[in-house]
Amino acid sequence: MKQKKLFFRKFKDRLIRLFSAGAVLLATGAMIWILFTVFQKGRDCLNLSFFLHPSKPFGMADGGIANALIGTVLITLGAAVIAVPPALLAGIYLSEYKDHQKFASFLRFCANVMMGMPSILVGLFVYMLLVVPSGNFSGFAGSVALAIIMFPVIMRTTEDMLSMVPYALRESALALGMTRTRTTLRIVCVSAKQGLLTGILLSLSRVSGETAPLLFTAMFADTWPTAYFTEPTANMPVLITEYATNSPFESMHTAGWGAAMAVTILVLAINLVTRILFREKKHVR
Amino acid sequence: MLKTDSLFKTLCLAAAALTALLTLGFFVQLILSSMPVWRESGLHFLISCEWDPAEQKFGALPSIAGTLITTFIAVILAVPLAFAAALFITDARPAIGTVLGHAIDLLAAIPSVIYGMFGLFVLAPVMQDHVQPFLIGTLKLNHVPLLGRLLGSETSGFGLLTAGLILSIMILPYICAIMRDVFIMTPPVLKESAFGIGCTRWETAKDIIVPFGIRSILGGIFLGIGRALGETMAVLFVIGNVMKFPENLFSGATTIAGTIANNFAEADGMQKSALFALGLILLFMSFCIQVISQSYLKMTSSGRGEKK
Amino acid sequence: MFANPKRRIKIETRNLNFFYGTHQALFDNRLAVEENSIMAVIGPSGCGKSTHLRIYNRIFELYRDQRAEGEVLLDGKNILDKDVDVLELRRKVGMIFQKPTPFPMSVFDNVAYPLRLHFKISKKETAERVEQALKGASLWDEVKDKLKSSGLALSGGQQQRLCIARAIAAEPEVLLMDEPTSAIDPVATLKIEELMVELKRKFTIVIVTHNMQQAARISDSTAFFYKGSIIESGDTDQIFTNPRNPKTEEYITGRFG
Repeated sequence: MKQKKLFFRKFKDRLIRLFSAGAVLLATGAMIWILFTVFQKGRDCLNLSFFLHPSKPFGMADGGIANALIGTVLITLGAAVIAVPPALLAGIYLSEYKDHQKFASFLRFCANVMMGMPSILVGLFVYMLLVVPSGNFSGFAGSVALAIIMFPVIMRTTEDMLSMVPYALRESALALGMTRTRTTLRIVCVSAKQGLLTGILLSLSRVSGETAPLLFTAMFADTWPTAYFTEPTANMPVLITEYATNSPFESMHTAGWGAAMAVTILVLAINLVTRILFREKKHVR
Repeated sequence: MLKTDSLFKTLCLAAAALTALLTLGFFVQLILSSMPVWRESGLHFLISCEWDPAEQKFGALPSIAGTLITTFIAVILAVPLAFAAALFITDARPAIGTVLGHAIDLLAAIPSVIYGMFGLFVLAPVMQDHVQPFLIGTLKLNHVPLLGRLLGSETSGFGLLTAGLILSIMILPYICAIMRDVFIMTPPVLKESAFGIGCTRWETAKDIIVPFGIRSILGGIFLGIGRALGETMAVLFVIGNVMKFPENLFSGATTIAGTIANNFAEADGMQKSALFALGLILLFMSFCIQVISQSYLKMTSSGRGEKK
Repeated sequence: MFANPKRRIKIETRNLNFFYGTHQALFDNRLAVEENSIMAVIGPSGCGKSTHLRIYNRIFELYRDQRAEGEVLLDGKNILDKDVDVLELRRKVGMIFQKPTPFPMSVFDNVAYPLRLHFKISKKETAERVEQALKGASLWDEVKDKLKSSGLALSGGQQQRLCIARAIAAEPEVLLMDEPTSAIDPVATLKIEELMVELKRKFTIVIVTHNMQQAARISDSTAFFYKGSIIESGDTDQIFTNPRNPKTEEYITGRFG
C-alpha cells in the first residue's frame, strides 16, 4: 500500500484552521464594526436635551427622543405585564403536569413555531385583532404584539428551569402535606426564581429592539405617549426606521443614530444582566 | 384544598393552550384576510410578477423570489463560517473560547433595526463604492459568462447581495451556537478514537463529529433559514424595494416581509388582501422550516446517548 | 531487567514523568515491552495505568494542560521527540478504548476509514483489507451480511471487535487496550481474550486491566502500578506466583484495590 503524503493532510488541516480563525475574526469583527459604528455616529447626540425633548416633525430643529424612549419603556413593560403571568403558568403546566404527554409535546411544538414566527406577521395579526376593531393604532396594541413574541420564550425557559429543580424537593414538600399548588408556587418556583427571571429578561431583551411588529400597531407619533390605549405611541425602533429611511435630512439621520445607540445600550444592558444572572446560577449548581 | 389544585391546573392548562390557539389564530387570520385575493386571482397570484395598485393587479413572485434568494445567500455564507468559527471556539483554550463565544452571541442580541441602519449607511455605500466597482471594474466579473449574468452590472449598493450579506451576519450566531453545542456534546472518547487512528483535527470534525451530530447541525441550519426568511427590518433598509423579479444579484429586489412592511400602511382593499396573502405564504414557509428543524432537533435530544 | 534475551524490546520507557497541570501523575516510570507479547498493566483505580498507556500514542496531547517528560522509545526512537509525526505514530500504535467507539458510519466504512485516511488504495484492495481485518478480529462471519448497516447497530462485544478490526486495518505495530472488556459481557469478553492471544503473533499488545484473572490468563508480562509508580514488572507467572514486592502481593491477593 502506498501511503498518503502526510504533508498534504496536514496542510489541509492548517488551511482549515486558518479559515476557522478567519471566520471567528470575521464574526467578531462584524460585531465590533457594527457596535463601533453605532457608538461613533450616535456620540454626537450625547447631550441632555436629546434625551429630554420629544421628537419633532421632519425638518424641525431640536428634536429629541424623550417621547420615544418613554413610549418604548411603556410598550415593553406593558408587553411584560401581559405576557409574563400566562407564560409562567404555561411553563408550569409543561413541567409539572405530565399526565398528557402527547398534548404537552404538541404545545411545545406550537411554542417553537411561535418562536420562529416572522415578527412582521405578529404585527399583521395584532393589527387585525386590535387595531381594526378598535379603529385606532395604540401603544397597547404594540404591547400585545410584543407580548405574543415574549410568550413562547418565557414559557419554554420556565419549563426548562422548573425541570431542573430536583424531584425530591417536590416529594418532600408534598410529604409535608402541602398541596400541589402550594408546592409548585412556594417551593418549585421559588427555588427556580433566578432561572425564571433569566427567561423573562431574555425575552425582554429580545423584544425591546423589535421593530416590525410595531409598524402597524403602535405606529409612531411626535407627541408624548399620553394615550397609551387609544393613540399611536412614539417608540424607539419605529423612530429609527422613520428617521433613517423616510427622511432626507442629515440631522434626522444623526438623530436616528443617536436613537440607535440608545436602543443598543438598552438591549445590551438587559442582555448583560441576563448573562450575569445566569452565570451566577450556573456557579451555584 | 383539592379544589384549588384542580383550579390551578386548569388555569395552567388554559395558559399553555394559548400557544396552540395563537398558532392556529395566525393561520386563520391570514387565510381569512387574504381570501379576496385568492378568490380574485387564485393560484395565479403565486406566479404573477405584476404589482400595480392602480390597476389592482398583484403578484407574489418577485417577493417570493427575493425572500428565497436572500435566504439562500445568507445560508450559503453563514453555514461554513459558523461551522469554522464553532470549530475554532471549541478548540481554543477555554478562557479564549468563552470570550469569543460570548462575542459571537452578542451578534444575536443586536436588534435587527440596527443591522438595517448599519446596512443602509455603512454596508451599502461600501458595496457601492468599493466592492461592486472592484468586482465589475477591476475583476471584470460581469464579462464572465454565467457569473456575469448572475452578478449584473448595477452598482447601486442596494440589492439582493447586500441584503443576503446582512442576513448572513444576523443568522451566523444562531447556527454557530448550535454547532458549538454539537462539538461539545460529542463524546470525548469518540473524538479520542478518531485521533487515535491518526486523524487530523479537520478529519475528525468532518468525518466523525459531523456525521455524529448531523441532525442537530441540520436543525440549527434550518433554524437559521427560518430567521432569514422572516427578517424584515435588516432587509427592508438595503434591498432597494423594487417590485420586480430580480434580474441578478446586484439588482434591487424585495422580500415578502419587506413588501408587507413597505406597503401595508398605505394599502387598502385588494392590495391589503394581497399583502395578507403574502403573509400567509411567509407563514407557510416558516412553518415548514420550523417543522423540519424541530423534527431534526428533537430526534437528537432524545436520540443522543441512547443509540442502539 | 527481566527481558527475555530471545525477544526484541519493542517499547521502552525511561524516566517517564507525567503531569496534569501542576499535579504529577506518573513518577519515573521504567518499563520494557517485548515484541509480539502481551503486557498487562494492573493496579488500583487512579494509579496511573491509563495515563501511562495514553502516552504511547500521544493521545494525551489533545488536552492542553497535560504534559509528559522523559523517553518512550518505540523501536529505539523516542516518540516524545518533536520531530515525530503524531499522525504516523498513531497509525503505528492503535488504541482500543474502554467503551466501544464505532464511528457513525457503516460497518465496512468503520474499518475502511483508517485505510482511506492513510493510504492511496483502490476500491478492490480496500475491500480485501477490510475483509482481512474483520477476519483478524474474528468478526467477519458475524457481519459479512451486514457490512452496509451502521456500526452502531452491532452488539457491545461486536462493536468492540469492530474497533479492534478498525485498529488493525491500517497495519499498526502496537495495540494499546484501555480496559477493553470492562463494558462487555463475560462471553464476549472471553472471545476478545482469545482474539488478543491470536493477535499477539502480529502485534505487540499493551493492555490495561482491572481484571486480575484476565491479566493472568492472557499476558506474558505484567506491570504493577501504584500511585503513579511502577512497583514491579516482570514475567506474569512470576508476578502472580512469586511477587517480589509485598505491595504487589497485597494487590493481587485482593487485599486492596
